[in-house]
Amino acid sequence: MANMKDMIPAFDLVQPTTVEDAVDLMKDAGDEGWVLAGGLDTMDWFKDRIKRPRVVIDVGGIEEMRGIRDEAGGVEIGALTSLTQVATHQRVRSEFGLLSTAAENVATPQIRNQGTLGGNVSQDTRCWYYRSGWPCYRAGGNVCYASAPLAMNREHCIMGRSRCVAVNPSDTAPALIALDAKMVVQSPRRRLYDAEDFFIGPSVDITRMTVMEPGDLLTQVFVPAFWANSNFYFEKVRDRGSWDFSLVSVAAAFRMSGNTIEDARIAVNGVAPYPVRLDAVERLVQGETASETIQNAAGELAIQGTRALRHNDYKIVMMRNLVRRAVRSVAA
Amino acid sequence: MAEKLVGVDYTAVDLRAKITGRAKYAEDFRAQGMVFMKLLLSPMPHCRVRGVDDSRARQVPGFIDIMRASDVPQPEGPSEAMLTDEPKYEGEPILAVAAESEEACAAAIEAIELDLEPLPFVLDPLQSLRPNSPNAYTEGNQFSGQDGWSTYKWTDADFAEVDAGRMPNPATPIVEWSKGDIEAGFAEATVIVEEMIVHQSATHHPMEPRSTMAYWENGRLHAFVSTQSAQRTKMGMAGALEIDPEEITFVSEFTGGGFGSKIPGHTHMSLAPLMSRKIGRPVMHRVTRYEENYIGRARPGFQSWVKMGFRADGKCTAIDLMIVQDSGPYGAGDHNTASNVADITYTPGNMRYRGFPIYTNTPPKAAQRGPGGAQINGMLEPLIDKAARELNMDRLAIRILNAPTQAYGMGPRNQMLTSVFAKEALQKGAELFDYENKIRLSGQRNGSKVTGIGMGLSTYTAGSRGYDGLMVIRPDGKLYVYQGIGNLGTHSISDTARPAAELLGLNWDQVEIMWGDSSRGMPNSSVQAGSQTTHAHTRANYAAAQDALRKIRAIAARQLGGNANQYRVDNGRVMGPGGSMTFAQVAQRAIALGGEYDGHTLPTDINAATVPAANMHVGTGLVGVARDNFGGEGGIYSWLAVFGLIELDVETGHFETKELVCATDVGTVIHPRSLGAQCYGGAIQGMGLAMSQRWVFDPQYGVPFANRLYTARPPSIMDAPRSCAWDAVGIPDPQTPVGAKGIGEPSVGAGSAVLTTAISDAIGGVCLCRTPLTPDLILASLEGRPLPFGRLDQHVG
Repeated sequence: MANMKDMIPAFDLVQPTTVEDAVDLMKDAGDEGWVLAGGLDTMDWFKDRIKRPRVVIDVGGIEEMRGIRDEAGGVEIGALTSLTQVATHQRVRSEFGLLSTAAENVATPQIRNQGTLGGNVSQDTRCWYYRSGWPCYRAGGNVCYASAPLAMNREHCIMGRSRCVAVNPSDTAPALIALDAKMVVQSPRRRLYDAEDFFIGPSVDITRMTVMEPGDLLTQVFVPAFWANSNFYFEKVRDRGSWDFSLVSVAAAFRMSGNTIEDARIAVNGVAPYPVRLDAVERLVQGETASETIQNAAGELAIQGTRALRHNDYKIVMMRNLVRRAVRSVAA
Repeated sequence: MAEKLVGVDYTAVDLRAKITGRAKYAEDFRAQGMVFMKLLLSPMPHCRVRGVDDSRARQVPGFIDIMRASDVPQPEGPSEAMLTDEPKYEGEPILAVAAESEEACAAAIEAIELDLEPLPFVLDPLQSLRPNSPNAYTEGNQFSGQDGWSTYKWTDADFAEVDAGRMPNPATPIVEWSKGDIEAGFAEATVIVEEMIVHQSATHHPMEPRSTMAYWENGRLHAFVSTQSAQRTKMGMAGALEIDPEEITFVSEFTGGGFGSKIPGHTHMSLAPLMSRKIGRPVMHRVTRYEENYIGRARPGFQSWVKMGFRADGKCTAIDLMIVQDSGPYGAGDHNTASNVADITYTPGNMRYRGFPIYTNTPPKAAQRGPGGAQINGMLEPLIDKAARELNMDRLAIRILNAPTQAYGMGPRNQMLTSVFAKEALQKGAELFDYENKIRLSGQRNGSKVTGIGMGLSTYTAGSRGYDGLMVIRPDGKLYVYQGIGNLGTHSISDTARPAAELLGLNWDQVEIMWGDSSRGMPNSSVQAGSQTTHAHTRANYAAAQDALRKIRAIAARQLGGNANQYRVDNGRVMGPGGSMTFAQVAQRAIALGGEYDGHTLPTDINAATVPAANMHVGTGLVGVARDNFGGEGGIYSWLAVFGLIELDVETGHFETKELVCATDVGTVIHPRSLGAQCYGGAIQGMGLAMSQRWVFDPQYGVPFANRLYTARPPSIMDAPRSCAWDAVGIPDPQTPVGAKGIGEPSVGAGSAVLTTAISDAIGGVCLCRTPLTPDLILASLEGRPLPFGRLDQHVG
């Protein structure tokens, strides 16, 4: 079959207005269905004619999945809430600035206006071999082109590989892990996942980036108050100032008692097929002041076990330095 | 008193339509019964089409027809055809399908079964020079019109030098020139700097892909084209279709950029007319971003070695430059220009250049804004700083010392230039930048941030001569200026008419610019490229205005009495000893007089292509038409000195550009705001070359990955400097009546140079000697880690 791109194949469009209807429609469509929210990940797949669902379930009209609500013990963010809304919402900004900063770092204003929080955490990897439609492990084949001896893998992983060496591209994912957010998934059974467990690596299932299987719908993200008003640090290093995925990013939350780190949650992204919570680093810094020694130890501990591919050794020091800086941010 | 027009900001004539969305680009046009066309692109970097089974495609509802390589001209040698049965890069068009809708086109193309024979391919030109390596063509990797194909390789001994990090010494360079005494130049040098430098290839990526709509009516072609030029593109299309140019109604009022990739149009613009002729229906060929990545052209990358010698006082005494160029499948001339620009920018007096343009199986190369010059200025400026460091010399002083004056002849033939105020540009830029104080910030550390100061000098061609101007003063009293140049957003169509209008004493609201539609008449014009139009068409329009002025005065003298030379023009009137007339009255009188006054008689020296354009206006008013006979000797070059300040984070390799200052020698400034936009826009484009834009291939399979805007990473507005300023030397070029030169090109090299030097400055004078200078490369260098890529690796990222 000859190659053709940039032309979306026809599909049946259904536009449910309730979660219940959406879940029913997804069930009916089975493997031939595709959930459409902001469309930023979706449209690339469709334009490249690599993903060709028979039915597209546009959940954009489900009001209950939209908006930010104060709840007992935290805030509930509808999965359809735009990244701009997440970035600018007053309470999110004032109490969970880590998340608003991460959302603010996504792509461009236009993409943040259109893109949703649910889409940002559910998006597929940007490995260019996989996105180009090559028959790799993740696409159901039996080879990883990105780890081949001559492959271009500057942006691929330094840890967590299991046949696939792609990375998770989400900016908000590490922030949600650091905030211990809960992901609400409906299918039709309602389930709650810790953000940390929501993202999965290829050793669990090489064809998916999250726990969600066909028929599952991410409806809300709940951010508990526990980490509200903590000391936050977010940084994303990228090749250019906008419309770019991270090379490495770090998101950290620190609860301080004077100069002492009482508790910490730190996650990085861009280094593995899933956002990585650095629990060993968290334990290291807990009860410590953020001295230079602790900063350096945190950075070194973070990169233990990392292994570079041919072109991405730099990610190891970039990750080390970002973790150092995150800890440094709460230095006296 | 008429308003002053030259040197004054105004609203260019195309802006309102763009801002309000009224501007129509090629793909906005429609015609009754219009159908669509799409291309089937090669999935392999080099292959032979053994067979095409289109039987299933023909069953697709809406399918109309198919066009194969056999339906279009197939030029000899390494020349591009619109369609080919031996694709030489992934993405080269094999065939075109017409259907009732684009969806049907796509479905039909997917239903086509190709039988392809994979052929050896090469992506990296340096690899193609290794003994026994593959060639881009089955016939070889070199072609000459006289001798045909041959295979050119270096020896194992040459590559032993390459692999050891030294400049090889191949026995027979493909291109070679020298001037002065290179050995004496190096013998005179106190300091010699030597580096291997890589500059990446980079796709043009104009915002508007190269779409075309075309239909035929009674043998006449109506073509709506995305192109840089207008009259010259019409001629190009006529040549490609082998028809009389006057049988084309050519429309291109607005074009969303080209950067050199659509200069006289482009190869594939003639496919829609051919398909339309074949099927008898109007055809729209909308090119997508993905396709634009392949057929949209790219700047050729360089792998180079350079050695520069400097006297104790900082004077550059010798340059030995060697460039291996990625010429793509159809060639490029950047490397030659680069050698000339290196010579004229640093004035060594003694220089040797050896060039190795090598065909590769990567998308075709073409001039890209400052072709050759942008690469070499960005590449060599850090070496000037390296020499300054070793000589303990001020970085500005070494540049001023080596900057050319008009006395320096460029290149092997010592070509003289019409005007050179490069030293003045450097001095003006330094003042605007507050160089004396800013240079003290160099290397200053604030936490993990270190300040880098960048600077450089860049030059490029800025004009041409001998084109025609055409204008008419109609009975409504207005001046109608007919432009044959294109409109890709540079304001040339109106800027170049301003000096002519000023000569005729008109206010700007008394002037109408007619452009972008050949049915209005397009005189022989320069291409809209190479920063030519400001120079070429202020001259051509000025010549036509002089012709109009002569006729106005003559009519006034005939009508009112007295000597024609005693009449002057102002505010739409001509006045003199016998009284005054309005231009409206003059136009009516010109029509009554006929002859040369209303265009019945035309000058004999205008280009043949101007005649039909002028004939469209016979009897409509007073016709001013003339060839630019102002003459002149030497090359026309403009200059741009650049300064900048960055803050580089040593823990991430990321940097932010805080300040940019441009100072330019463009002769007379016609339109200040437009000039500033060219300085900034070009500089930011050049910064993209230096910092982020890339061109990446999988070397095993030969396919590109930086084929979307987000993966190719041209600079975004967030990468633009936080503070920008510009100024101009403002000394008119003495050889042109208006004194103006173009500016579009040199700003790109300047933007690249300001970052390559600033980054080098921030990291302690180390030249990383490749572009783009992405955070991985900078951080790996700072941390002493393995660099992400080999020193001479090309097409990586």
